[in-house]
Amino acid sequence: MTLLEERLKRGGPVSPHLQVYNMFALTSFLSIIHRIFGAALFVGTLLFAYWVISAAAGPSAYDAAMGFLGSWFGYLLIFGWSFALFYHMCNGVRHMLWDTGRILSLPEIYKSGYAMVACSLTLTVVAWALGLSL
Amino acid sequence: MAKMMRSDLGTARALGSARDGFHHWWIERLTAIALVPLTLWFACGVISVAGADYAEFATWLGKPWNAGLMICFISAAFLHGKMGMEVIIEDYVEPRCAQLAVKIFVNLMAFALGIVSVVSVLIVALRG
Repeated sequence: MTLLEERLKRGGPVSPHLQVYNMFALTSFLSIIHRIFGAALFVGTLLFAYWVISAAAGPSAYDAAMGFLGSWFGYLLIFGWSFALFYHMCNGVRHMLWDTGRILSLPEIYKSGYAMVACSLTLTVVAWALGLSL
Repeated sequence: MAKMMRSDLGTARALGSARDGFHHWWIERLTAIALVPLTLWFACGVISVAGADYAEFATWLGKPWNAGLMICFISAAFLHGKMGMEVIIEDYVEPRCAQLAVKIFVNLMAFALGIVSVVSVLIVALRG
C-alpha cells in the first residue's frame, strides 16, 4: 500500500502533489525551482568536498582538481552550482519573510518573486565577473 | 530554544506538530539564517582564491577566521541540506521502506561528507 492509499484509508491529511498546481504560473514555478535547486545543491556538495579533500591530499592533488574544475565542464558545474546557491539563498530570505507573516498578498508575492530572480542573477553575474577578472 | 517558539496554549490544545516536526522546521530555519551571511562570505572567499595555486589557497585557508567560517559554512550547509532532502524524500519517495532507505543513505552521506570536509579544512589550515 502506498502512503497515499494508507492516508486515504485512515482519513488522515493528504498533501497536494505537483499535478494539482499550474506548474507554470510564476509563483509555483519559482517554488518548484527552489526545491529542485536545493536538491541540486545537495548533490553539488560532492564538488565542494572534492575541492577541499584534494587540497588536504596535497599540492599535486590540488593541481589536478584545479585542472578539472578549470575545464569547461568544471566551469559549467560551478556556474550551475553558484546560480542555484544564490537563487536558493535569495528565495530562502523570501521564505523567511513569509514565515513572519510579511509580503503574503498576491501582488507582493509576484513583486518579490521578480526581485528575487533579479537579485540572484545579479549576484551570479557579479560573482563571475569578479572571479574571472581578479 | 525551539520550545520557546511555541505557546503553552498551543501545546495544550495540541496545535501544531505532536512530535518533532516543529524542531525539524526550526533547525532548518536556524541553519538558513546562518547560511545567508555565510554564503555571501563563502562566495567572496572563493572569488578571492579563484585560480590560486596550492600555496596561496593554503595561506588563505590557514587564517583562523577563514578556516573557522569555512567550518561554520560546511556544518550549516550539510545540516540544512540533509534536512531539506528529508522533506523532499518524505514528499515523493514511496513505499515507506524505500523512503527510509533513501533517508538513511542521505543522512549518512551528509554526515560523512560534512565531517571529511571539515577534517580536510583543518588539515590544510594546520599544515601551513
